[in-house]
Amino acid sequence: MSYQLPKFRHPDLPVNTLGYTRADYEGAISTLCAGCGHDSISGAIVRACHELALEPHRIAKLSGIGCSSKAPTYFLGKSHGFNSVHGRMPSVVSGANMANRDLLYLGVSGDGDTASIGMGQFAHAVRRNLNMVYIVMNNGCYGLTKGQDSATADAGSASKKGDPNPFSAIDLPGLALQLGATFVARSFSGDKGQLVPLIKAAISHRGFALIDVISPCVTFNNNPGSTKSYDFVREHAEATGTVDFVPMREEITASYPAGRTQDVTLHDGSVLHLEKLAPDLDPFDRVSAMVALQKHSAEGQILTGLIYMDKDSRDLHDVMETSRRPLNSLTEQDLCPGDKVLANINASLR
Amino acid sequence: MQALQSVNEFVIKFANVNGTGSASANNLFAKAIFRMGLPVCPKNIFPSNIQGLPTWYEVRVSERGYLGRRGGVDIMLSVNPQSMPQDIKEVEPGGYFIYDNTKPLDLRLMRNDVNIIGIPLTRMCNEEYEDPRQRQLFRNVIYVGALAALLDIDFAVLTGLVEDQFKGKDKLILPNIHALELGYQYAQEHFDCPLGIRVRASDKVGDNILLDGNTALGLGAIYGGATVAAWYPITPSTSVVDAFDRYAKRLRIDPGTGRKNYAILQAEDELAAIGMVVGASWNGARAFTATSGPGLSLMSEFLGLAYFAEIPTVLFDVQRAGPSTGMPTRTQQSDVLSAAYASHGDTKQVLLFPSTPRECFDFGALSFDLAERLQTPIILMTDLDLGMNDNMSPPLTWDDARRYDRGKVLNAEQLEEMERYGRYLDVDGDGICYRTIPGTHPDKGAFFTRGTSRDEYAVYTEKGEEYEKNMHRLMAKWETIKEWVPRPVETQSEQGTDTAILFYGTSEESSMEARDYLAEDGVPLNAMRVRAFPFNHEVADFIARHERVFVIEQNRDAQLRTLLMAEFELGPDKLKSVLCFDGNPISARNIRKQILQQMPGYNVTPLRRERVVAGAEISS
Repeated sequence: MSYQLPKFRHPDLPVNTLGYTRADYEGAISTLCAGCGHDSISGAIVRACHELALEPHRIAKLSGIGCSSKAPTYFLGKSHGFNSVHGRMPSVVSGANMANRDLLYLGVSGDGDTASIGMGQFAHAVRRNLNMVYIVMNNGCYGLTKGQDSATADAGSASKKGDPNPFSAIDLPGLALQLGATFVARSFSGDKGQLVPLIKAAISHRGFALIDVISPCVTFNNNPGSTKSYDFVREHAEATGTVDFVPMREEITASYPAGRTQDVTLHDGSVLHLEKLAPDLDPFDRVSAMVALQKHSAEGQILTGLIYMDKDSRDLHDVMETSRRPLNSLTEQDLCPGDKVLANINASLR
Repeated sequence: MQALQSVNEFVIKFANVNGTGSASANNLFAKAIFRMGLPVCPKNIFPSNIQGLPTWYEVRVSERGYLGRRGGVDIMLSVNPQSMPQDIKEVEPGGYFIYDNTKPLDLRLMRNDVNIIGIPLTRMCNEEYEDPRQRQLFRNVIYVGALAALLDIDFAVLTGLVEDQFKGKDKLILPNIHALELGYQYAQEHFDCPLGIRVRASDKVGDNILLDGNTALGLGAIYGGATVAAWYPITPSTSVVDAFDRYAKRLRIDPGTGRKNYAILQAEDELAAIGMVVGASWNGARAFTATSGPGLSLMSEFLGLAYFAEIPTVLFDVQRAGPSTGMPTRTQQSDVLSAAYASHGDTKQVLLFPSTPRECFDFGALSFDLAERLQTPIILMTDLDLGMNDNMSPPLTWDDARRYDRGKVLNAEQLEEMERYGRYLDVDGDGICYRTIPGTHPDKGAFFTRGTSRDEYAVYTEKGEEYEKNMHRLMAKWETIKEWVPRPVETQSEQGTDTAILFYGTSEESSMEARDYLAEDGVPLNAMRVRAFPFNHEVADFIARHERVFVIEQNRDAQLRTLLMAEFELGPDKLKSVLCFDGNPISARNIRKQILQQMPGYNVTPLRRERVVAGAEISS
């Protein structure tokens, strides 16, 4: 494993419309284990942001604690980052988002961080439809403390230690749907072709966008008997369909077979092009999405892809009717009512 | 029997059942006295309950301007049979016990040394009103009318207040005035009015206002430029955010767009509330939360992060009686130590101690300047007594030329000119480094905020010497902070003395009143009111100049004394404790007694230590 980022960059690296190469979206070199699924997700984030030509400094990346939460160091080095407290990233993003609605908030969390210690904050960020992308790097175990089962480990799944997990698993997409999430997707760190467009769509979505990414832990949970291993997920993943994301600036040039496809225009004018594979799922119908998730789970399948999306989502700022100018840009003139008003208040208190 | 005689100096206490509308009637009484130019201090003593339990309202009237609890009750007005046995016992000999005698007083409760006045309030209401709710509500207004006759309150002031109170709901004005008249007439016809205790119009109020500390804090946040409030409901702090909300709806709606120049998030718990404040502050907005003891415990993890990662954070702690749920509707100053050292690891937090609504407003607004200037949490420590009771206070003022102090924040131009930016680089040598707000510059100034150890450039490190260097710098910053926080207020005795009192927050009024009594007892005292932690050198000098210093506070463990001893490395002998922690505001008589007991040469029977500590037991 290398421990230094090579300085050399190929002179012909493709640039996006801002003139940035993909290297401009990379971060420090990863210190995660070689082969860790999380690194692939970081790569997918880099690719999605580069292809969307986002300004790196207009993105804020936030995380909690754990292997997953270390990951933001390894992408978007020009963005402000915040490695906060275990399970508390959603509250930090909530405050940050209230302060400045104009940045893109990218939250990265793990299964321990989200489904155990941070379950409450996760649930309430979903309820409020906070405008953010929430990526769970889900490996079913606590990596940084050496492999204990997490709350997303399937019942009967065994990690490297060998004992089957006796407790039922928390299914984050299922939970999020019940809580009213407006964008729910699941993917696999080993399937960049699916993950990158999902991340792009999540970024364009206005509201809370959950992507639960199964991301095998090569050190503690990649053994036979684990339902979060590379092999198991490859064998049992079933995609809802293929997703192609077309940013507003580009024209749709690809051709798709007729009949099973649907174009969806997002808030920012981008187009999501869906090709359905699962005939029983309508990803714009919450009940249909919930049923499909349960059904596949009962059949031992892992449903991946876009599971649900509310096209008319209203985020927290819409609901609260906050100023369109970011609150952190307001000055004394906007905020301080002055002494004269105070004199009237005094008069009412005598 | 000798009846108490006093004009404009007395304590009256109302005993009611909660949920019966008594609070607004009692408030009408207090405000009428205030409008007659007399300083008043009403205190609501209420249960953790919505309806049906005993509740009291104690009003100190003092033309001399004593606004703390004196101790003792001169007039008890009891309309609650549940609490009557206790109520009548509390009355001072020669005092008055006014009660609803629709049902005669139990003879076993009778006292010969107290003037008993019976008014058949329930019967009068039953005869006058059909509707049960009206019978309940107007009973309270009737006794206020009776008190007007008994205490010689200007009736026109009362009717004026009723008119002000029901402006816009005019149909309610006449029925309320009628109820006042019913009580007034009854008292005039049946008793020798006025009593020995009475009021006379004066001019001692000046331009003061009557305001509760929580509303003042909410206004302080408005004026201080807070745009994000995140909170979780908890008594006694809830009304801080309620006030912020109320005034923001009036004063913070953008006139052009009709949209809000603020955001209030009711969080799922206190963990999230403080997380939201940290997130918003990190992102350059002024944000605050308000909570009480249990919430402070939950917030301590984030307070450690904010201390270590140096994120401006404003927290208003309205203290109540702990530990655990304790007595949630009673007052204490018992979060001092847990706030001062909040969080695991080596932490020290900045505390502010306001003692009046005016100071709640001033310190509330100042908190945001200090948090950004010092890049650390500012915990403003008030309590239920100050927060939820109307207190007489100087009016609120604002200097329109004042600009917010945003502290050391680099803008895009400054970043552009920099070779290399280091978030934790002490450029100015005062321990305070330069922040950047996310999104400022395309490729300069971004860094990773984290709770883990890092070097001066915010890069993760586990090198012991880098960690130590940073912790030392935080102590250098702590020294700088001493220059920025509000200085203590000192009052010198005219006679020379080697003995002093030291107090903070709501202990001020009673302490200064006790000081006057003690001067008459031949114990002159210098006084210091501490207004912030860290303590600046004036506090150290003050203690050094005295032989003994009584530290007056409202908790069991003498928390500020402990803090003084720890920070100044003082031995235990010099600082004596005067304590009250029964959930009532400390009284002047109690303070006087405890100080006399501890003065050398005073012939009082030595008390066992536990009785001295249990200040409440020996309170009058």
